[in-house]
Amino acid sequence: MAMVDGYPDYMMKSIKLVEKKRERNMSTHVKPMNMKEREQILGKFHPDYMTGTKRELRVGIDKGKLLYNGIADLLEAKSVLDPKDVDLSKIDYDVDLLIIGGGGAGTVAALFAYESSVPKDEILIVTKLRHGDSNSMMAQGGIQAADRPEDSPALHYLDIYGGGHFTNKHELARALALDAPGIINWHQELGVMYDRQDDAEFQELSGGGTCRNRMHSAKDYTGMELLRNIRDKFRNLEIPVLEFCPIIEFLMDDKGQVAGGIAFNLETYEYYVIRAKATLLATGGSGRLHLSNYPTTNHYGATGDGLIMAYHVGANLTDLDTIQIHPTGDAHPEPLVGILSTEKIRGLGAIPVNANGDPFVFPLEPRDVESAAFIQECKEGRGTVTPTGMPGVWLDTPMIEIIHGEGTIQTLLAGEMRKFKRFGIDMTEYPILVYPTLHYQNGGVEINEKTETKIPGLFAAGEVTGGVHGKNRLMGNSLLDYNVFGRRAGIYTAKYVKKAKVGKITLNHLDKYNKMLGQANIKPKKTAPIILPEYRGEMAISRALDIL
Amino acid sequence: MSKSKQFLVEKLDRKAEDMRKKAGEVEVFIMGKSYRVPAGLTIMKALEYAGYRFIRGCGCRAGFCGACSTVYRIEDEQKLGFDLACQKVVEDKMYLVQLPFVPGAKAEYDINKLEPGDSTLITMYPEIARCVSCNTCTKSCPQDIEVMKYIQMAIRGDVSRCAEISFDCIQCGLCAMRCPADIKHYHVSQLARRLRGKYIDPKSKNLTKRLKEIEERKYDDEIEKMIKMDKKNITELYKNREIEAEQEGEGGE
Repeated sequence: MAMVDGYPDYMMKSIKLVEKKRERNMSTHVKPMNMKEREQILGKFHPDYMTGTKRELRVGIDKGKLLYNGIADLLEAKSVLDPKDVDLSKIDYDVDLLIIGGGGAGTVAALFAYESSVPKDEILIVTKLRHGDSNSMMAQGGIQAADRPEDSPALHYLDIYGGGHFTNKHELARALALDAPGIINWHQELGVMYDRQDDAEFQELSGGGTCRNRMHSAKDYTGMELLRNIRDKFRNLEIPVLEFCPIIEFLMDDKGQVAGGIAFNLETYEYYVIRAKATLLATGGSGRLHLSNYPTTNHYGATGDGLIMAYHVGANLTDLDTIQIHPTGDAHPEPLVGILSTEKIRGLGAIPVNANGDPFVFPLEPRDVESAAFIQECKEGRGTVTPTGMPGVWLDTPMIEIIHGEGTIQTLLAGEMRKFKRFGIDMTEYPILVYPTLHYQNGGVEINEKTETKIPGLFAAGEVTGGVHGKNRLMGNSLLDYNVFGRRAGIYTAKYVKKAKVGKITLNHLDKYNKMLGQANIKPKKTAPIILPEYRGEMAISRALDIL
Repeated sequence: MSKSKQFLVEKLDRKAEDMRKKAGEVEVFIMGKSYRVPAGLTIMKALEYAGYRFIRGCGCRAGFCGACSTVYRIEDEQKLGFDLACQKVVEDKMYLVQLPFVPGAKAEYDINKLEPGDSTLITMYPEIARCVSCNTCTKSCPQDIEVMKYIQMAIRGDVSRCAEISFDCIQCGLCAMRCPADIKHYHVSQLARRLRGKYIDPKSKNLTKRLKEIEERKYDDEIEKMIKMDKKNITELYKNREIEAEQEGEGGE
């Protein structure tokens, strides 16, 4: 196929229309939708509202609740661990605080537990991949905090709550808004290089669904810059970490408390018994389950293990009837399908246009609404379809250079620029093609503002939890979430371990769960958690299926 | 296999066949063994297509984490290539190997006890003085960072420039694996960036003011009031709020 500057001829023809109408598009604007219009478009075009994507759960404490099929399948599976394979009389690690997950939430929690006087050798992080491999590392666009005089934590709260369709837990949304400026200050102390204006204040952009510009960023590597700093501090303290050893089930004790977990060494196939006074679940999200067959932006380990393990011990789940699809996943070229192009691109002024070069949506609607608008445009035949069958709409990136001056993309979107350059596409000159991609697990294990779950001894923070964002998260609130609730988890687990006493450890809850499956007449073929996704053979091909 | 999974596999099969038809196949050698894979796949997906399941050597799959450092060589060429498996597309007759781990030593420090002075970096990482300016680090960087240049800045004590040039570093470690002087570039620049962020970049005054207000509980009542509102009133408040970006849009900025 003949390619010009990274695009086949027929796509280039559409790009010419985009170019022709660029000047007009920059001076006329599509208005944001009102609440009724939002509801209508979501109802018709967002997978959360479509039939066949979800079903009622048949087992456990949330029996009868509607969940995405891919999650319900795993909750109705047998435990991957056969208790007979583990010798509980031999304890491999005995600590005050076990942290499951080495991403943002877990690492922040470890630092604050240490500062709240848990000795470092009484903390243990166990992680499935390397310490730091996580969605936290990949977040590009920014982190919200209301620190400008024009802004206030109350307005931030209102954005969080309205963006979540008024379904968030109040105390969690309040904590997120009120703790935010303190988190930015902590980052300054650590040495995070935030983007600044000439007057030394932070450069703050707008994000989808935010009423004030409060998006702090570090180029388009915000997540990486934050976690690099946090992890560097952690490494200087030499807090113990076990890598490539995911926890596959919790341990409980005879008093009904969670008391640590069973780790599985992915390289030697050994089990480790880890006893702990407090256990923090910080396993992140579940994009790699490819719910509704969407491609995903998530990292390799995001398989929702935490949800499954927590459910096995009786913790309840919330808001898993929604998923966040991010409007601007890459649709072309094929190797980039599903990978994110940051919302900051729209924050900087690039607008989405269809194959005819016409704008059709306010560029900064909340993510679910923006995504639904993209899907509608493609379903109704106004999108561009790639040679491999992936639909998409244009995001007119050259506008950024016109608005902010030549070189802006290179300076503020270095990662994006690099990514497209590898495939011969110069995003300062040509638009990029985007289509929604599975991005974030809105809900999860329910917590309170102290990060406690309903099971004693079990705490949770970060993407694995539910309640903070309700049924939809806004841009810049997930980096904030892991910092706010990671910090709180560190502080409150440190308090908890001072008094906690672990009884006789057991894995009886797994037999009990398997029995429950039998009583519900479920004959599971699968086991869960799945630990790693399956991409061998034909599964390696990008998933861009059934979305049109 | 469940019915839906079977359906998915069949669909993927057809898609793979379609890809092979349109783009053709290439031959790659994974640690010496030959496999045929559809052209256009990344190295990472090509390995998976060939039947490998990653434990190490795979992280974010999007170019941010540095887990999938790959060394390759095209048959009949002398030169070794370096890249990220999740970003580089396979080429015909490519010999591939992934690096599971870089055991580079990191200095330990308390950032609060350091100063961003001329000699801080060279004191913490004295081996940077051994740089022979061969530029191999720069050539091996998958992010196209001028690695040797920032090490030169570090030697000179220019913390700020070292931090700036190295900013896009994903800490994959390929530079350190190739360096004849055993410099751990990615650790050096990490320290430079922290020094700059903490000591050299200015502090926000707005932030300091806001922190004081929050401490004085200035916003508690307003938020409490919103929490107590019924659905109708809060919805009304939400939809009528002024949106800064929208006004900028109207004003043409």
